Amino acid sequence: MSESLPREDAAHVAKLAKLHFNDQQLNLLTGQLANILDLIETLNEVDTDGVKPTYTVSDNINVLREDVAVKSNQKNELLANAPETQDDQIKVPAIIDEES
Amino acid sequence: MTDFFKENLTSLHKKLVDKEISSTELTKEALNKSKSSQSEINAFITIDDQGALKRAAEVDAAGIDANNILSGIPFAIKDNIITKGLKTTAASHILDNFVPVYDATVIEKLNKLGIVTIGKTNMDEFAMGGSTETSYFGKTANAWDHTKVPGGSSGGSASSVASGVIPAALGSDTGGSIRQPAAFNGIVGLKPTYGRVSRWGLIAFGSSLDQIGPLTRTVKDNARVLSAISGKDRRDTTSEDQSVPDFTKGIEKGVKDLRIAVPKEYFASGIDEGVKDVVKKAIAKYESLGAKVDEVSLPHSKYGIAAYYILASSEASSNLERFDGIRYGFSARKDDQTLEDLYVQTRSEGFGDEVKRRIMLGTFALSAGFYDAYFKKAAQVRTLIVDDFTKVFENHDIILGPTTTSPAFDLGSENDDPVKMYMNDLLTIPVNLAGLPGMSINAGFTAGLPVGLQIIGKRFDESTIYKTAYAFEQDSQLFTKHPGVNF
Repeated sequence: MSESLPREDAAHVAKLAKLHFNDQQLNLLTGQLANILDLIETLNEVDTDGVKPTYTVSDNINVLREDVAVKSNQKNELLANAPETQDDQIKVPAIIDEES
Repeated sequence: MTDFFKENLTSLHKKLVDKEISSTELTKEALNKSKSSQSEINAFITIDDQGALKRAAEVDAAGIDANNILSGIPFAIKDNIITKGLKTTAASHILDNFVPVYDATVIEKLNKLGIVTIGKTNMDEFAMGGSTETSYFGKTANAWDHTKVPGGSSGGSASSVASGVIPAALGSDTGGSIRQPAAFNGIVGLKPTYGRVSRWGLIAFGSSLDQIGPLTRTVKDNARVLSAISGKDRRDTTSEDQSVPDFTKGIEKGVKDLRIAVPKEYFASGIDEGVKDVVKKAIAKYESLGAKVDEVSLPHSKYGIAAYYILASSEASSNLERFDGIRYGFSARKDDQTLEDLYVQTRSEGFGDEVKRRIMLGTFALSAGFYDAYFKKAAQVRTLIVDDFTKVFENHDIILGPTTTSPAFDLGSENDDPVKMYMNDLLTIPVNLAGLPGMSINAGFTAGLPVGLQIIGKRFDESTIYKTAYAFEQDSQLFTKHPGVNF
């Protein structure tokens, strides 16, 4: 296994990504990610000193528009996609759990 | 019965205008073919009988527009492109019940021109994969050999066009997802210049890389669809204000004195010998047609995959944050559950293995302490890849090479090895990183399977790509060959 991704790091990343893996899944995934990171470490062969990063090839720098609210009149269609609704609103579980 | 193997958009349009056939009859044919092919190739996630027939009847009632070649033509749409009122899943469990409330810009444009959407095509989950095997809705098969993959992620679109089920389809291409399945199925697939086509309504994967593009059986058909979907869209700030030409104009001019570059890296070890042989013969054909061919170098192209998997996965991990089980899609709701538990359970049950792998990779690359070493480094290598192309295009009009490293591989053969699967996109990924337009056309066959010739152009110079592709297509007449099965 690559030293670039110890199992505990993979577990930490899973927490950040809001994903759960059981022990067996996490072991398999850690091995696969290590192999992918080995491939990615070939980037270290490239001298990038002073090279400006490219995050987009778009020529557009910034696009502004008036901040105008538009009424789409699609409340019912949007609510139809929600897993749970009540009184014309999307229902969510409690945000604060009782123990805390 | 309409045999789409013998038709193109021009001939279908003429029949519609001359009232030899109605859009309803054409749509019925496409619907019948899509359904009878499902058990063999499984190219569709949703087939919309009712909606398609209603729409075709409307087009017929309004009258076929003689000035508009897409009027009344049946289309298939990759299932990561939003269609109002028609289920759109991105081939994921997490969206398997999602019905959009609006149309993607490309759909709006095509609908205005009178197309009839017959259904949504199968794909790799969230467009992540090279074989259409990561779909929640089962695998799609290659049109030429049903034991082989159709390529991915636009495998359903490619296989349905190559099988003669439909004359044209839309796909999306983040690292090769139009060109690679087009190559594996022996058809024409174009990834437009980044910014040429609006991404509004395309379910995001890698936002700095994704583009929607057409898959068709002929080059001219492809050009017609691109003309229809291109253009600046105020709702997509990455779409660019470029003129939209009729891409069929000048397509017949030929390739005399065209300056062709052939990168030596595209014929390195690791590329299938049969693929190399077919593509070399195609390039020799261009020379015999009057083009000038030079060997060039794209020295950083071999780092494309590594840079891509960091950048695309990072963008994907951010884009897929929105799937939380609250507002739409699958939700793993249970009693006595906290909000955090709901997020984690929904995402863990809703996403497939490949999507989770990429979210993990992207989250890792963006996390504190690793950002500079991975994300920034990949973006710097991206600059060098862009520079390589820029240098080549100073003295050349077009770049030619293979689309894929091999012909279509066996279904199931690469599922357990993500790195092996990723390497399949070696030759297409640099084009996305540089935002260039790229196309795959059928160059011939090896071991009974099609081989793709990749044609890469300058930014916003799709016209030269079409001209180049058309010359070979007309000389080779390969579009007249098709898989034996006729659905």
